[in-house]
Amino acid sequence: MRGWRPGVRASSLAALMTRSTWLTLAAMALLALCLAAAERFGNEYQVRLLHNVAVFITLAVSYHLINGVCGQLHLGPNAFITLGAYTAALLTLTPAEKAATFLLTPLIWPLREVSLPLAPALLAGGLVAAGFGVLTGFPVFRVRGDYLAIVTLGFGEVVRVAANNLQGLTNGPLGLKGLHPLDSLWWSWGVAGLTVLVVHRLKNSSFGRAMQAIREDETAARAMGVDAFRHLMLAYVLSAFFFGVGGGLLAHLITTISPGLFSFFLTFQLLIIIVVGGLGSTTGAVLSAVFFTLAGEWLRVVEEPRQVFGLMVPGIPGLRLVIFSLLLLLVILFFRRGLLGRREFSWAALGAWLSGGRRSKSRG
Amino acid sequence: MALLELRQVGMRFGGLLALEDLNLEVPEGGLYGLIGPNGAGKTTVFNLISGFLRPTSGSIRLSGTELVGLPPHRITALGVARTFQNIRLFGELTVLDHVLVGQHLRGRARWWQAVLGLPGARREAREQERRAWELLTAVGLAEVAHEPAGQLPYGHQRRLEIARALATGPRLLLLDEPAAGLNPQETRELMTFLQDIRRRYGLTLLLIEHNLPLVMGLCEHLTVLDHGLTIAQGPPAAVQKDPAVIRAYIGKR
Repeated sequence: MRGWRPGVRASSLAALMTRSTWLTLAAMALLALCLAAAERFGNEYQVRLLHNVAVFITLAVSYHLINGVCGQLHLGPNAFITLGAYTAALLTLTPAEKAATFLLTPLIWPLREVSLPLAPALLAGGLVAAGFGVLTGFPVFRVRGDYLAIVTLGFGEVVRVAANNLQGLTNGPLGLKGLHPLDSLWWSWGVAGLTVLVVHRLKNSSFGRAMQAIREDETAARAMGVDAFRHLMLAYVLSAFFFGVGGGLLAHLITTISPGLFSFFLTFQLLIIIVVGGLGSTTGAVLSAVFFTLAGEWLRVVEEPRQVFGLMVPGIPGLRLVIFSLLLLLVILFFRRGLLGRREFSWAALGAWLSGGRRSKSRG
Repeated sequence: MALLELRQVGMRFGGLLALEDLNLEVPEGGLYGLIGPNGAGKTTVFNLISGFLRPTSGSIRLSGTELVGLPPHRITALGVARTFQNIRLFGELTVLDHVLVGQHLRGRARWWQAVLGLPGARREAREQERRAWELLTAVGLAEVAHEPAGQLPYGHQRRLEIARALATGPRLLLLDEPAAGLNPQETRELMTFLQDIRRRYGLTLLLIEHNLPLVMGLCEHLTVLDHGLTIAQGPPAAVQKDPAVIRAYIGKR
């Protein structure tokens, strides 16, 4: 008789599920409490930092969907973030503010007069980004091969050049100023929570498994009846949507946007985040996004002028990036698969690790 | 009527003629073998049937439905599953995941239903998991269900490739050298296994094989290819005696 006994496995699995579900819910309640406290008692800087953390979670997790889960090298998140940022910004500004901003060329007609609340503006930002996702994804995924990297990299440039030159739509190089700042942490954290939930559930569904199969061996996946085009389009367009929403949030967080603001550098930052977190791990992307956003702030210290043994050392701008690069090298050298690899964080694994010091693999 | 019917199928890669005028009729429930020396065009035939290549001429029908021009996933959905000559598994995914991926195409739930966790989608996921365990138990892989496929021993990997193909719910199973790399003992087990799944799932099998004892012992009908040409067709006993076959294939040994 084979070792598998359905009843035993199913019931112990169910027990584990409920316990870890409770732990997850408790952790989320704790997080919500912390956020509420931060919003109430935190200073402006702390609140801003928390916004940043949430937006980077959103961006990293959606990037992980296409790069980590599907294994497609996408190099253009910045393009979709820019699209979402401009769309949302143009929708939330009041007609009077727009008239004051667009001095050289007036804003084109329908946009000139509309003014929407933040939520529909963010949604519109996501939808516009997703629409461009469909347009760019369609030709790319029709053919097989590594065209995605080239097309998305080029698309980033196209968006930047277009933003610089479409005066009547984007106000050109002057950009948009005086956006209404986010009035509550729940905007950014709500979006982050939603993104994580959607990506996590998708990854663990039948569709997510098919996407991972494409990553591992596209030919074999197609032979097993997986429609590679549809699955890759789904991941790509869905990630574009969340990039767009995240871009809308970033715009209202920074309150001033210009064509070159979201450059390839942002994409590179996101790439570091998901590689360090472990390509293919949702929880790895979340943890890594939190870490990098906070570390980016803490490391500001190294760029400030300071006394070292009585000598005045001037601040070196950009030193943080050198440190990040070194960190990336270290991770690639010693944790080749990133911190979590393709595993996911699970309470059971954490418990085993804490109690035995033994690394236990989480399964799915 | 034949389940699979190839008529005058030809395939050219530029100036290279890989296959010429192949006619093949695989009856429902049959166990059919495709043999021939290296480079005879056997794997090309599989790539043509499963839609990875489009023939330059001829027609391929599965119980009357034309397969030429359909993408691989549509052909799989119609009931043709295959394995690969060099095993192609989804390295990091577990054994259970492989079988679940195989079932994915039979799923009715849409992606957003799965994301929202709607009752129908959840029920379907549970049902798929149940069937996956059933299949793994049937092929003897239930014990390693949570192992990453890349870490399985070779014989298990071969078996998993067949299990994954079975999970797609095929009527016709194309096996590309299933006994490659197996020792005589494992080959015998494979023969019993193939007979068994054929009965259990009502399958029609078409296999490419180099291992002549296996082919002769298992197949009811053979087609012998050499340099893209069909040099003999018929039951194993007759094919074995065919002078052209002996010259092209067996005579070389």
